[in-house]
Amino acid sequence: MELTKQEQAMLDGKEGYAVRKSMEILVALGEIFDAKNLIDVGSVQVSGVSYHNLGDAGLEFLDSLANDGKVKVLTTLNPAGMDLENWQQLGITPEFADKQNLVIEAFQRMGILVSCTCTPYLIGNLPLYGEHIAWSESSAVTFANSVLGARTNREGGPSALAAAFVGKTPCYGLHLDENRVPDVHVEVKTELFKLSDWGALGYAIGKKAENKIPYLTGIKTANLDELKNFCASAVTYGAKPLFYIKGITPGVEQQIQPKKTVIINAEDIKNAYDSINDNTDEIDFVCIGCPHCSIKEIQEIADLIQDKKVDKNVELWVATSRTIKQLADKRGYTAIIEAAGGKFACDTCMAVAPLKGRFKALATTSAKGCFYSRQNLMKTKMGSTKECLEAAVNGKWNKN
Amino acid sequence: MFRSSGEWKMEQELKGRIIYKGKVEGEALVTNMPISFYGGVDPNTGVVIEKGHELEGISIKNKILVFPQGKGSTVGSYTLYRMKKNGTAPKGMINKETETIVAVGAIISEIPFIDKIDIVKINTGNKIIIENEKIIFR
Repeated sequence: MELTKQEQAMLDGKEGYAVRKSMEILVALGEIFDAKNLIDVGSVQVSGVSYHNLGDAGLEFLDSLANDGKVKVLTTLNPAGMDLENWQQLGITPEFADKQNLVIEAFQRMGILVSCTCTPYLIGNLPLYGEHIAWSESSAVTFANSVLGARTNREGGPSALAAAFVGKTPCYGLHLDENRVPDVHVEVKTELFKLSDWGALGYAIGKKAENKIPYLTGIKTANLDELKNFCASAVTYGAKPLFYIKGITPGVEQQIQPKKTVIINAEDIKNAYDSINDNTDEIDFVCIGCPHCSIKEIQEIADLIQDKKVDKNVELWVATSRTIKQLADKRGYTAIIEAAGGKFACDTCMAVAPLKGRFKALATTSAKGCFYSRQNLMKTKMGSTKECLEAAVNGKWNKN
Repeated sequence: MFRSSGEWKMEQELKGRIIYKGKVEGEALVTNMPISFYGGVDPNTGVVIEKGHELEGISIKNKILVFPQGKGSTVGSYTLYRMKKNGTAPKGMINKETETIVAVGAIISEIPFIDKIDIVKINTGNKIIIENEKIIFR
């Protein structure tokens, strides 16, 4: 890989340890993937924030970087292992909270915005069409590439941090036109009725178009929340973090519909639900917000739960970013949801919080949420926002 | 050529691609299965814990670990760093064709690491030297 004089100086340690280590990572990745050079990035999203995943060694590494330098571009942060303000109410131990706060403090010292959300594009980190960025968090990577038309590979926590300290990333993979060409046509021959149907579609595509870039036809309309849900599901279940939807996503006009076609029909959607859903009627955990809720989703929750009461054996979490929660506070949605017995889980989510063994069965709108909750030994049910909130009120799935 | 346990063994040399440079000498531990460091290896002991893995129950501590590539969560890079701090990391690593998780893990942990090596030529128990882009084993 060719380096400019300035980049070589960074690699030689002229800007200190954090930048040198970062350059070592970027150059090694560039060599592995045959990049010719580094390119400037407009923003970075860093994953690997939960102390649950990092442990003391991860914390120590972050601390060593924080002692030595600051990020060069707008950098936002993925969810942490707990709500940073309201952790006690969500059952987090003080020992965990102390460690998690040290992690957050290290990121803060690096000059990173402690946004703690998987939806940076909803809170001010919104890349433009064609902009090169270095993001981790697979659902956000997929959203940026597909819905916004920005360009990023699926970074890991340390490689995203490296890009932030240098302000650049090696130019390979999804940064290049030739690697953004769709290679399978997915004909959707069924209507999508509710939010979770998009998660089911993502599951079906992940399985039928594994490691491929799908070009979807047959979808007539889509909104922000539906695409957000679909992005999370498709990449979790095996697709590449880029897709095109004819008539909906940007850049699709420049692409040619691939000859190889797979069909998704109503039966595929039903099969996806059958695979994701476990055989359980009892629900003791309801979580909406994977990816983090938009303000519109919170409004829907408030409308549906108003004047109802969450069952005493159920915990209802609304997972969102603190920024969106503050909007919800102002609009009065927070008061409605909390009066019904729901809790806000800001800065965190069901995929990264230490939840193993705490709950038996989850109801959620998110196919991705189901995948990660199985690792936490929960049974899972996926359905619409309405079905999930009914389960929260009844303690049972589809009682009506 | 070395003389070992009554038989003559050829010393072999292979060249690969440096991911993290350094010189290190040790005993090879070889598997043909990819390794997930996050969740697949116990960072406190260095023992592989992934169910059904060829190396399940075996410690990779202080070995020259030879495997095709990493897999699983990108958090695995931090696991390697944690093992290095705990003293349970491999001394060096050799991959057939590496990917980002192990590459980044080796760099932040400063573990000598090369890839693009025909790993089927190496057997568990071989004495190996990694020296920058070169490995010598017998």
